[in-house]
Amino acid sequence: MLLLFLIHILGEVLSELETNMTTPIMQLKNIKKHFGSVIALDGVSFEIKPGECHCLLGDNGAGKSTFIKIMSGVYNPTEGSILFEEKDVYFNSPNDAIKLGIATVYQDLGMIPLMSVSRNFFMGNEPVKRKFGLNFFDSQAADEITMVQMSSLGINLRGPDQPVGTLSGGERQAVAIARAVYFGAKVLILDEPTSALGVRQTSNVLATIDKVRKEGVAVVFISHNIRHALAVGDRFTVLNRGATLGTAERGCITPEDLQDMMAGGEKLAKLEESLGGAI
Amino acid sequence: MADERVKDLSFVQRFLSRPEMGAFCGLMLVMIFFFLIARDNGMFDPDGIRNWSVVASQFAIIAVGACLLMIAGEFDLSVGSMIGFSGMVLAIGSIHFGLPVWLSIIVAFVLSVALGAFNGFLVIRTGLPSFIVTLAFLYILRGMTIFIAVTTTSKTILSGMKPLAEADWLAPVFGGEILTGLFKWMGDQGWIETFSRGVHKGYPVVSGIPMLIIWAIALVVFGQILLTKTRFGNWIFACGGDAQAAKYAGIPVNRVKILMFMFTAFCACVFAMCQVTEFGSAGADRGLLKEFEAIICVVIGGALLTGGYGSVIGAGLGAILFGVVQQGLFFSGAESSLFRVFLGGLLLVAVILNTYIRRSVIGAGD
Repeated sequence: MLLLFLIHILGEVLSELETNMTTPIMQLKNIKKHFGSVIALDGVSFEIKPGECHCLLGDNGAGKSTFIKIMSGVYNPTEGSILFEEKDVYFNSPNDAIKLGIATVYQDLGMIPLMSVSRNFFMGNEPVKRKFGLNFFDSQAADEITMVQMSSLGINLRGPDQPVGTLSGGERQAVAIARAVYFGAKVLILDEPTSALGVRQTSNVLATIDKVRKEGVAVVFISHNIRHALAVGDRFTVLNRGATLGTAERGCITPEDLQDMMAGGEKLAKLEESLGGAI
Repeated sequence: MADERVKDLSFVQRFLSRPEMGAFCGLMLVMIFFFLIARDNGMFDPDGIRNWSVVASQFAIIAVGACLLMIAGEFDLSVGSMIGFSGMVLAIGSIHFGLPVWLSIIVAFVLSVALGAFNGFLVIRTGLPSFIVTLAFLYILRGMTIFIAVTTTSKTILSGMKPLAEADWLAPVFGGEILTGLFKWMGDQGWIETFSRGVHKGYPVVSGIPMLIIWAIALVVFGQILLTKTRFGNWIFACGGDAQAAKYAGIPVNRVKILMFMFTAFCACVFAMCQVTEFGSAGADRGLLKEFEAIICVVIGGALLTGGYGSVIGAGLGAILFGVVQQGLFFSGAESSLFRVFLGGLLLVAVILNTYIRRSVIGAGD
């Protein structure tokens, strides 16, 4: 009897854990966005769970950028609802989204090349220490934290005072990701983080995404490169002409199918023959 | 393991990568140069030193404001007109309207800082380059100053401030001297020369340290600490480096920029207050071309015209360099028009040097 009861409780706890793991941290339902007479998004639904890397794929003009701008509070949707931690939310500005823990790393990175890594890392969130009753920038703490955070992502800096301009594209991307995670991002939106990078830098960034995901951060990875997405993604949602073409789990879809979906369902058969596989 | 492609920088390279480096080396060179050619003409006697340090301090006061504003990514071309304007406010207030000098000084500060804020507000609101907006103010403010001076006092130069300033409690903060006792004592000891005749007989040739120099040092120290040791300093760099990125990071870019416009106006007003209270007169044409001289000091000091990079100490060194060259040419009896030739050349060399150093050491491609 007691044993049965214990098993019952254990089952409850497990199912509780299960639901916790699978409850989306953020859901966007039937998002529509119109710019005047242009319909940029026509009913896109998307969700993201903690510890998951959800890839948002789509060709140029599919509406990826508009969609992430709605996720990060830059635009408001014309129609549709946004749920964060199962509560309806409305963003008046990007700051509202940032306060909830939705961080966006834009393509142009938001880094200042002439400033040092640690000054960039803490830009807008500078640590202070009090001296003579005044607040001063605690550059020592900033330097130490920056070095620790960067080396935890496998990036070794010459020093915290190294200007960001001297870093490679992949390293800059890593600084931006590390910064977002350090400042409490629960949802990390990466806008085409690998589009301008070489092979080695791309693998560095993908490894960084993997590390961040294992810490429980929900990663939204926007890309039009199927190989990069497949390398790290858990789920894949394809956007085409402002609408979702469906979501697929990892392992349930081939690169060729994904590519066909991105291209709008048209078979790229001929192209593939001459190119030998997915692009 | 560090990235093997990033070389460790030697001490020399680290020194070269400092923004102040150019101004420092330049200053050393001109110091040596003038020490060799103008020493016999009294340039490095106590009163000679005082002479060029006063000139350098004048440059430094306005350069600090221009430096912080330039690092924040903006210009203010109305600095010279602001000097004429605030000096005239002080003189008209206390001579023409008979206000107490301290009250006129406060009014001058309030008006110029408010105008600075308005300048900044216009730049932010219109989104126009600050170059154009403040160029408009260069003319508007100069014209208004002359107009007000002529309509109220029918003069463009007001003198007679000296006795008023000496009797006031606030004016000596700008026009006075400190450590006069020490200098008198040094004169008595025979360490510095004393006047041998006239009303000042027995007094040292340098009676003390003018407040102008104290203001310059204080502003440079304040500016450097603000820029490098505070959160706000990081915001100044960020605003000039990339205003959009700064906004994304949650920095109140508009507020930072407007505050820097106000600070620039404040510095111009300090300059004018020192000038009027020390020399005893105000002129509606005072401060002509000062905005450009301030910008030259800042650029020689290693700041980038495009913002986001620079040093207040560098601007201060640029100001000393400027003062030494201007007075050095005077002491060495050179034709004074050569000063401008030299200045233009110096500016060109500084900009080329800075661009080169930035490319090679910082590695930024832009």
